[in-house]
Amino acid sequence: MIDTLRLTAEGAKELLDKKEVSGAELFAAYAGREDEYNAFLHRCGDPGGDGIPIAIKDIIGTKGIPTTAGSKILENYVPVYDATVIANCKAHGLRILGKTNTDEFAMGSSTENSAYGPACNPWDLSRVPGGSGGGSAAAVSGGLAPWALGSDTGGSIKQPAALCGHVGLRPTYGTVSRYGVVSFASSLDQVGPVAKNVRDCAYLYSIISGRDANDSTTVDVPAVELPTAEDLKGLRIGVPKEMNGVAGIEPGVTAAVSRALELAESLGASVEECSLPRSVDYGVACYYLVAPAEASANLSRYDGVRYGLRVDGDDFREMIMRTRDAGFGDEPKRRIMIGTYALSSGYYDAYYGTAQKVRTVIRREHEELFQRFDVIVSPTSPTVAFPIGAKIDDPVAMYMNDVLTIPSCMAGLPGLNIPCGLSEGLPVGLQLIGPQFAENALFRMAHALEQAIGFDVVPERLR
Amino acid sequence: MARITKEEVLHVARLARLELSEAEVAKFQEQLSDILEAISKVSELDLSDVPPTAHPLEIENAWAEDVPRPCLSEDEVFANAPDRSGDYFRTPPA
Repeated sequence: MIDTLRLTAEGAKELLDKKEVSGAELFAAYAGREDEYNAFLHRCGDPGGDGIPIAIKDIIGTKGIPTTAGSKILENYVPVYDATVIANCKAHGLRILGKTNTDEFAMGSSTENSAYGPACNPWDLSRVPGGSGGGSAAAVSGGLAPWALGSDTGGSIKQPAALCGHVGLRPTYGTVSRYGVVSFASSLDQVGPVAKNVRDCAYLYSIISGRDANDSTTVDVPAVELPTAEDLKGLRIGVPKEMNGVAGIEPGVTAAVSRALELAESLGASVEECSLPRSVDYGVACYYLVAPAEASANLSRYDGVRYGLRVDGDDFREMIMRTRDAGFGDEPKRRIMIGTYALSSGYYDAYYGTAQKVRTVIRREHEELFQRFDVIVSPTSPTVAFPIGAKIDDPVAMYMNDVLTIPSCMAGLPGLNIPCGLSEGLPVGLQLIGPQFAENALFRMAHALEQAIGFDVVPERLR
Repeated sequence: MARITKEEVLHVARLARLELSEAEVAKFQEQLSDILEAISKVSELDLSDVPPTAHPLEIENAWAEDVPRPCLSEDEVFANAPDRSGDYFRTPPA
């Protein structure tokens, strides 16, 4: 009997290597489990082979498998080529279990913006799994996949990992190819691993990362080391007071993070308060200008001509306008219009130009901190998973979910979430941020802390 | 910060090629005003000596060898097209 709730990808590989289970048995164990979370938009049959199964966020293009980006405008879209990350997974024998639910075009923090209905949280079905990668998070947490790929623009891997109680990495910008991935905000989008533990996360990162001739923003990546560290001797941890004291952080979240920091000290790390005054205060405003501006340009490609939905009209312009009105949901429409407004004549300098300068301020503040610290730590999300429907009618309240994940994204920095405890019976996530290309250091620290914390990733209601 | 007008919503929607219903215009007028108010916070900082950041990595000129590579076949290119006429995507008249 394969316990899909607990089995790690590394454990699965061991079972396969020792021939204790066949590839078909392993695939069937996941594929046969009922999806009570609306985690998958599309489930695949066993493609054969003996590799580890994996779930893929439906933002990532998969040859011959529908890729909707959670949008009606791509409802019938079937890619004719694989994204580079998919080609990399296949080269390692990984087998696709299916495509996971996402906020439309990865725009959201709860998966409620999916055109195919919200995903829900395996810890409590009445609550959100986070977003935009709530489907991948729910699949991994709920035993429907050993691991998954997500994508992160402003927190879409880290925040769902926090809310569902597992590990997620947003890699350094440029380390993972975006070729074949549905574009949202190109200077921010990064694909990354979603996993049950830190070693699986590192292993999956080693599979997908590296320079790609098809994505000129990718760079050479240091060799990935699977972490074995059990202590944190000599590690300098900075704790930005703003990221641990912004309004809206729940007391139970603060308590779990404080306990994790005490554990880190007991493992040999030094913990010191520091400050990111403007990154936290201005990060969300900066992000919600830069990302929509880029999105408004990227989403102009959905015009009913080459692929995707078409709604007929009497002339070309009418066809495009009707197609886009029918095909896009509210959140992409809001972001397209904000972005268009921010880039339009007369407003460009005041909005987009200013936001790009704020981005420099955020980058510099982080660079200064990394002269004194190896890693900076905060909660990943100010709250535990909130009830489905609680914030859906208030876009600004929804945007504030991302206040702690956004600043490092703007600076292109890697960020890792590990679960650090429970509050009100729901997982609390710890965010570790490092300098660019410091993934190995993040894995080491996260692995040591993970061992010390001993968090049980199986949702209590499923144990 | 002034709220945006119905005319501004319609203007932006037209620029973005979105045909909005009456109900959508009213809803988005409210929501976009709230969002713009929140993001206008970026103008509080003194940024006179700060250069813009367009990209998080300092890389430039990613060169590639100029050699032919296999590309998609015509049928693959048109596989998802809503309408096709031979080698062309067919659309309503401009």
